[in-house]
Amino acid sequence: MSAPNASGWKPGTPVEGHNAMSGPDTATGNRALMLEEPLLFEIGHIETTGVDFDFAGKLDLAGVEQPQPPSPAPSSRLGGFERTEPIGLPGLSEPETVRHYTRLSRQNYAIDLGLFPLGSCTMKHNPRLNEKIARMPGFADVHPLQPVDTVRGALEVINELAFWLIHLTGMHGVAMSPKAGAHGELCGILCIRAALEARGDAREVILVPESAHGTNPATAAFAGYKVEDIPATPEGRVDLEALKARLGPDVAGVMITNPNTCGLFERDMKAISDAVHEAGGFVYCDGANFNAIVGKVRPGDLGVDAMHINLHKTFSTPHGGGGPGSGPVVLSEALSPFGPLPYTARTGDGVVHLVEEEDAESFAKEHFGGPLQHFGRMTAFHGQMGMFTRALSYILSHGADGLKQVAEDAVLNANYVLRSLDGVLDAPFGPSGPCMHEALFSDKGFADGLSTLDLAKALIDEGYHPMTMYFPLVVHGAMLVEPTETESKAALDQFIVALRSVAERAKAGDESLRTAPHYAPRRRLDETLAARRPMLAWNDPDLA
Amino acid sequence: MRYLPLTDSDRSAMLDVIGAPDIDALFLDVPEEARISGPIEGLPMHASEMAVEKHMRRLSKKNLAAADAAFFLGAGAYKHHIPASVDHIIQRGEFLTAYTPYQPEIAQGTLQMLFEFQTQVARLYGCAVANASMYDGSTACWEAVAMASRIARGKKRKVVLSGALHPHYAEVVRTMAKFTDDEIAGAPPSLTAKPDDEGLIARIDEDTSCVVVQYPDILGRLPDIAKIAEAAHERGALLIAVNTEPVALGAVKSPGELGADIVVGEGQSIGVGLQFGGPYLGLFAVRDEKHVRMMPGRLCGETVDAEGKRGFVLTLSTREQHIRREKATSNICTNSGLCALAFNVHMTLLGEKGLRRLAMENHRLACLAADRLAKVPGVKVLNDAFFNEFTLLLDGDARAIVRKLTKQNILAGVSLGRLFPGNDGLTNGLLVAVTETTTEEDVETLAAALEEVLA
Repeated sequence: MSAPNASGWKPGTPVEGHNAMSGPDTATGNRALMLEEPLLFEIGHIETTGVDFDFAGKLDLAGVEQPQPPSPAPSSRLGGFERTEPIGLPGLSEPETVRHYTRLSRQNYAIDLGLFPLGSCTMKHNPRLNEKIARMPGFADVHPLQPVDTVRGALEVINELAFWLIHLTGMHGVAMSPKAGAHGELCGILCIRAALEARGDAREVILVPESAHGTNPATAAFAGYKVEDIPATPEGRVDLEALKARLGPDVAGVMITNPNTCGLFERDMKAISDAVHEAGGFVYCDGANFNAIVGKVRPGDLGVDAMHINLHKTFSTPHGGGGPGSGPVVLSEALSPFGPLPYTARTGDGVVHLVEEEDAESFAKEHFGGPLQHFGRMTAFHGQMGMFTRALSYILSHGADGLKQVAEDAVLNANYVLRSLDGVLDAPFGPSGPCMHEALFSDKGFADGLSTLDLAKALIDEGYHPMTMYFPLVVHGAMLVEPTETESKAALDQFIVALRSVAERAKAGDESLRTAPHYAPRRRLDETLAARRPMLAWNDPDLA
Repeated sequence: MRYLPLTDSDRSAMLDVIGAPDIDALFLDVPEEARISGPIEGLPMHASEMAVEKHMRRLSKKNLAAADAAFFLGAGAYKHHIPASVDHIIQRGEFLTAYTPYQPEIAQGTLQMLFEFQTQVARLYGCAVANASMYDGSTACWEAVAMASRIARGKKRKVVLSGALHPHYAEVVRTMAKFTDDEIAGAPPSLTAKPDDEGLIARIDEDTSCVVVQYPDILGRLPDIAKIAEAAHERGALLIAVNTEPVALGAVKSPGELGADIVVGEGQSIGVGLQFGGPYLGLFAVRDEKHVRMMPGRLCGETVDAEGKRGFVLTLSTREQHIRREKATSNICTNSGLCALAFNVHMTLLGEKGLRRLAMENHRLACLAADRLAKVPGVKVLNDAFFNEFTLLLDGDARAIVRKLTKQNILAGVSLGRLFPGNDGLTNGLLVAVTETTTEEDVETLAAALEEVLA
């Protein structure tokens, strides 16, 4: 008798001549575990609810009594605004709800399923300890306006995380309230603007490199600045001499991403900062890529004045299909007094204070010996507490030694991918030396008519989320690959096999790439149609 | 280290492939004088799960959890029961650990959920289109003001804020307006039984780009949105309605239905826990489709795939920063996806029937509580009308009383002194919220404690 698996096939290797998707049509449109799921509005009913309202029942077995009818409702006091028309919100019972969303969940790729090499977005493993801790009642079930004596632990969490962020970045202060990276950018730029205004210095221009995240120029514009490009050198870094030539009394500051979006460390960062400071401006650093250098170098030592930290990137808080984020901003000594309210501060007696509008002035006078200079408030309440508890748990788990290892492994993994694809994919900045946490490739050498998009979609068929595509803009058909430190060597090796294969197919002109993905829950979606005829909410066909 | 899979032998094998002698060779671009050789000094080293959990639990115990107190706080964040399946679903790794749905073929789960969410929000608000969420209610409020300014094309500069807008929301708008040259007109609320709609209307003029009014307002009262909308429209201004308690919209008419042009708010009440203020869920909708292209934030739309199957994508992204850069409608990138999922699941469990029952139960209990508390000597109920939150006027400094009652495990409400510091006319005001989680015993406890402290 031959062995059941005579060919010796194992997961991670191809099966010649076999196409799992071929076969007869099914009556349901499903394909075994690939299940189609209608919209809630097609399966739910206005009369269905998955929530019971039995507010009167008592569950104590001792002296079981008949449920008391609820106290009669006094007549409504809604001021004549009672809703009369139906809302149109169908409901599902609990079993239907769980199945609906479980089926939907299976149409998603996720870091829990495999490597997610989305450059600059940093999809690393989300430790489940963090989830457990964020759900402790003392964190999850606390109102933001409770008297401060009942939330001392929450204030300590904020203060402890602030301490770590300040020490890991070598900065002076931190604004914890920004809700996401772009919100943090805005916070930093507003600090710069407030500092300039405080010295009566109206400046109008913020310089941003072309390789920057789109949020940088959008933020500067939102804060009322004119945006101008900073030229780059052929090797993908800020052109220091060109920057110096542009600096002047109209330049409020620069926004520089470091490591930059080409995956390179800005070697001249200190010289850039010195030049900007000498010209009277401030240096904003986009800290989206801080994960590459945490524990290895402190931005404060390079002259940075403000930098946001995406807690979901460097410190592993879950990004849940596009958010929530959290974007604390570390600040230099020059900018710290201008940070927004509220903030926490630990005084000599060990007490952590919550400083809000009412006591900001007296607190500033008593503890900083200065006048009130904060620029205002960016959000209701105190920021993303649920992300703070997770990020702090991550930081405490790694410690100073582990965080350094995080940066080293992230950079090692990226360079391993970069060098393993030598001669396969063009790496425009590869020859100039190692990369940081992400490897950048171009579409050079692809057969005519095949693009980065085609390669990316073919990678989906191989079981991977594609890399960041067409960003940064400075490289043609850019592919930005960020494996992160939470991938094993075996996982990288398999990814390299897949990437090598699709790259070879792109170079060889394999036309099947054009129609990829073939095996995903959907084939390519018509994005032009979606934008030309926007359908942004469900319309009941019966009502149309 | 438990989150790092590479072994030392992996590391050296990989360095060999790279052709680097050691790890520092990969950090050569970092100037040597700035490079840190060992772990940063003065910080603890790595710790076990057990040790981290112990440390964090100790901190969590220093907080008084809402469930452990007689609890009456609201003012933009509400304690509601969240069905167990909501938290189960948002913890599924395929939702929890997915990124923004940039590759729609493998993100239909998130995208279909967002499409459902947008539809639910649009219907709840009485609007045509809602986006895929903002950071929270306060930032959504500012974004709405910024959008109204864009629609006014810089010709109208005045933003009229209702005095009864949540003070944090007003403060965010004021902060941001300092940098955009919008003129903000606002005033603290007056302690009247009905909101001062006429006073608000009187402040609208030809230079007004938008009027911002909260419904129910910060004191729990219900302004006449239809009347204010009409007055705003007569002067060519848009009406922005802000709602911080979406459960209310199961009982009262939607702002869109009453004529508000942009409706924004906080979605936390549906599916998202209190969490000391975040992450929450910003809701953003427009009544008329013609304003869609001026909206900030991500939008999910329906389309078809190459085989003709229905599918969903992020769309109209030419409004957004990653395409438009400095010309974008907003710098926002992240939304509040996981909180939107929680909202979507909870709203699906409720359905229309459940939402209406939940709303009526909140209102019924609030009416009972208001009547009971009004019997306490030294306590007066301010409001004529309210949903689940009302203002008490106490014979004493409400803030001091709140602090005093915490010692008896009573979180009595949010004092107006905390919300509007420095405003002497408001110090005896106490905002009390009552939800389905509030028991009649809780109300009795509060009534007895107030009676004692006011005696």
